[in-house]
Amino acid sequence: MSRENSLVTAQWVEDNLDNADVVLIEVDEDTTAYDKGHIRGAIKLDWSTELQDQVRRDFVNKQQFEALLSSKGVGNDHTVVLYGGNNNWFAAYAYWYFTLYGHADVKLLDGGRKKWELDSRELTDEVPTRDTTSYSAQEQDLSIRAFRDETVEAIGVKNLVDVRSPDEYAGRLLAPAHLPQEQAQRAGHIPTAANVPWSKAANDDGTFRSDDELKQIYSEAGVDWSKDTIAYCRIGERSSHTWFVLKEILGQQNVKNYDGSWTEYGSLVGVPVALGDEAGSADEGGK
Amino acid sequence: MCGATEGGLSLDGVNVAKEAVVQGQVTREGEPVGNAYVRLLDRTGEFTAEVPTNEHGQFRFFAGDGEWTLRTLAPKSEPVDQRVVAARGSVAEVAIAI
Repeated sequence: MSRENSLVTAQWVEDNLDNADVVLIEVDEDTTAYDKGHIRGAIKLDWSTELQDQVRRDFVNKQQFEALLSSKGVGNDHTVVLYGGNNNWFAAYAYWYFTLYGHADVKLLDGGRKKWELDSRELTDEVPTRDTTSYSAQEQDLSIRAFRDETVEAIGVKNLVDVRSPDEYAGRLLAPAHLPQEQAQRAGHIPTAANVPWSKAANDDGTFRSDDELKQIYSEAGVDWSKDTIAYCRIGERSSHTWFVLKEILGQQNVKNYDGSWTEYGSLVGVPVALGDEAGSADEGGK
Repeated sequence: MCGATEGGLSLDGVNVAKEAVVQGQVTREGEPVGNAYVRLLDRTGEFTAEVPTNEHGQFRFFAGDGEWTLRTLAPKSEPVDQRVVAARGSVAEVAIAI
């Protein structure tokens, strides 16, 4: 993959608003953002009710994903362009999710909703209607999804990239600062994980930095390009943003997103946890 | 937006005793700006969180003890930075004029 076939500009989207082969989908952390205004023709996906199993903590399964996209009028041959607020956090998460289920042509709007708004481009509250389709998904591509045991085994072996803010990494905050801080799990990070906040990959307007800048940021943080990589955050959406940077923009092989992330890891019994700004070592078990 | 509530986002449902709240309102020539983005930067200037303002121009963060910077982005406006000190158990109200 590369920047050219995984990202589109706001101008490209504006030029393709009437292109029937393109489906625009808004995915926001704030699931009411779409209702206040969205790009013309865009449909909405609700990450919390439509992309998550409503009983277990897991994704919807293949059949549920097929039923969801069929009902939304998304076909296998459509070019899916995702965008959202918070610098595409949840749009990047949906991108990763569409890739997990093997959608052929999926792209992110560079800069997401914020870039579109800061450009003063048009938003509408008109909700489009689309004919239903008969969508067919692939089995999950587990080469891009990491689970907890694999993550524990990666300590001191693979690149672990903690993409949360420095204060969350060090254990001074338990959640991003726009959310309440009271949480059940322990604070800190996985020993040996490099801290590269996802936001370092984005400009203030939400667009991605240049390839050279991105390579430098991860190299300086200690990412070894010859090793496999697992990215994690708190619940797996910000790390989708970093997965997108490493895998789709920079073309790095063997990059996984650990979607269990800190809300799972920080609740596990007996695993090593490192506190403070230092990465911690594999030998001391982070104690 | 005339008649909109000024400042003072409601704290209903927020456990102020356990949180270091930073909140406020973004205005342009006295009118609330409902399509701005406020970024919370830590003491080193590193990004920590970002929220869009609501229709009354209001925003809120749950920070930690210490010094923070609020960077406000809005259409047709240069970014505005403002320092704020947060402390657990208190609410720091910030008025931002762009």
